[in-house]
Amino acid sequence: MNFPDDLKYTDHDEWVRVDGDLLTLGISDFAQDQLGELVHIELPEVGAQLSAGDVACEVESVKAVAEVYAPVDGEVVEVNEALDGAEDTVNEDPYGSGWLLRMKISDPGKLSTLLDAGSYRQRVASA
Amino acid sequence: MSLRRTVFFEDHVDAGGRMVPFAGFELAVQYEGLRQEHECVRQRVGLFDVSHMGEVFVRGPKALQAVQHAITNDASRLDDGQAIYTCMCTSQGGVVDDLVVYRLDEEEFLICVNAANRDKDFAFLQANNPHGADLVDEGDRWAQLALQGPLAQRVLQRVTQEHLDDLPRYTMFFDRSTVAGVEGCLIARTGYTGEDGFEIFAPARSARPLWTALLEAGAPEGIKPCGLGARDTLRLEAGMHLYGHELTEDTTPWQAGLGGVVALEKGSDFVGRSALIERKGTASERLCALVMRDKRIPRQGMPLVSEGEYAGRITSGTRSPTLGYGIALGYVRSDLARVGRELQVDVRGSLSPAEVVRRPFYKRTT
Repeated sequence: MNFPDDLKYTDHDEWVRVDGDLLTLGISDFAQDQLGELVHIELPEVGAQLSAGDVACEVESVKAVAEVYAPVDGEVVEVNEALDGAEDTVNEDPYGSGWLLRMKISDPGKLSTLLDAGSYRQRVASA
Repeated sequence: MSLRRTVFFEDHVDAGGRMVPFAGFELAVQYEGLRQEHECVRQRVGLFDVSHMGEVFVRGPKALQAVQHAITNDASRLDDGQAIYTCMCTSQGGVVDDLVVYRLDEEEFLICVNAANRDKDFAFLQANNPHGADLVDEGDRWAQLALQGPLAQRVLQRVTQEHLDDLPRYTMFFDRSTVAGVEGCLIARTGYTGEDGFEIFAPARSARPLWTALLEAGAPEGIKPCGLGARDTLRLEAGMHLYGHELTEDTTPWQAGLGGVVALEKGSDFVGRSALIERKGTASERLCALVMRDKRIPRQGMPLVSEGEYAGRITSGTRSPTLGYGIALGYVRSDLARVGRELQVDVRGSLSPAEVVRRPFYKRTT
C-alpha cells in the first residue's frame, strides 16, 4: 500500500496536501481499499465554511459509507466535479485525480496535529 | 468466544479473501471485489462457502409430524427429494427463523437454518417435539458450498455423474452423490442469489478438495470465489429476506410478506398457529421494497418519512450493482405500504426521495 511521503495524514485515513493557505483533501490508499469500489460521493457546496472535525463529505461503496472530516477550519473553494459518475477514480488514483476537495485554510494551527507518512504507515500496520 | 473456521478457511486466505467475523465464524466478505463477484454470479457463475449454515436432521417414524408441528408451511406436500421454504414461529407468531426443509425420505428431513440461529433453532425444535422424533444438530459435520449463476449446471456437471437436468428447482438428490471425488454429498438446486444454482452439502471431514475442484471445473466459465458482500447484494436484489434484518421474533410472516409460507389449513396444529390466525391483517407496518429516486444509498436503520412524519424504517439497503441505484427493504406504515407510494429516506439528516415498488428488484429472465 502506498503512502506518499510528501503528504500529511489524519487519524481518520484522510490525506492532506498543503500549498500555502490552500489545502487539498482526499482519502488514503488504505481507506479506499477498506471501503471497496466507491459508488457515490456527496461533496460539499463550494463556499461552505467548515470547522476542523466537521463532516466535509461522504464517500460510499456498495457495502459501507464513510465520513470525510475537515482537518482544519476553512472554506471550501473547489470540489472535484469530475468524480460524478466516475467515483472509482478515488480507488484507482486516491492521491491524484481522486482528490475530493480544496479548502482555504483560516486557522493553520491544527495542521501541526497531522501525521507524517511514517507515523500513518505505523498506524495502518497496527490497525 | 473464539471464531470458528470452515474447512475451506485456508483456501479463502490463499484466494485473497478479506476475512471478517460473521455469526461466530471467520468468513470472507470479498475476494477480488464485491462488484466483480456480484456480476460474475449474475452473468456466469460464482462459488460461495456457506458452511456456517446449520443442518438439523429430523429422523424416525414421527419425523413428518415433528416437522409439521415446528414449521408454518406444509411439509406433507413433499415427496422424497423435494424442498420448501418456511418459517418457524413462536407461540405468539413471531418469526424464530426462516429456513429450507428438505425431505430425504418419509423418515428423514434436513432443515437448513441460518448460521446466527443454529443454537436457538435447535433448542426450539427440542422444546417443541411432542411426538418424540429424533433431532440431531449435524451443523459441525457438514460443509456447504453454493455454486450460483446461469452457468452453474455446466460447471457442476463436469465433476459429478448425476444428471443435473433431472434436478428441478427446489429439489435435492437425496441418495448420496459423489462430487469431485468427495462421497456422501447432497446436491440441492437451491440458493440465495435469485439465479439458477446449487447448494452442495458435503461431509466436513472429506469436503476440503471440493473448493479447488469446483473453481478448476469452472475456470473456462470465468468462475470466481464470492464473499458475504456479494451474497448480501445478490439476495437483496432478488428481494429475499435476511433474518435479523427483515425477520425477527417481533415480526410475523404476514407483515414480512411471507403469508405464502403459512399453511393455516395444513391439517395439523403448529407452534404459533392460533396467534397467527389472530394477528392476520393487524400489522401496523408491512415490509416493502423501495427504490431511491436520487443517488443516495439507503442503509439499515434509516428512518422513512412521509409529510414530515415517521413512515417506517429500512431493514436492508444497498446500491444495486445490477440496477445502478439504491434499493432497500423496509417496514412501512400499513396505510402507506402501497406500490407507487412516494416516501422519503432520512439519509443522515437529509431527506431523499424514494418509491415503493414490487419485489423483487431483479428477476432472471432465462
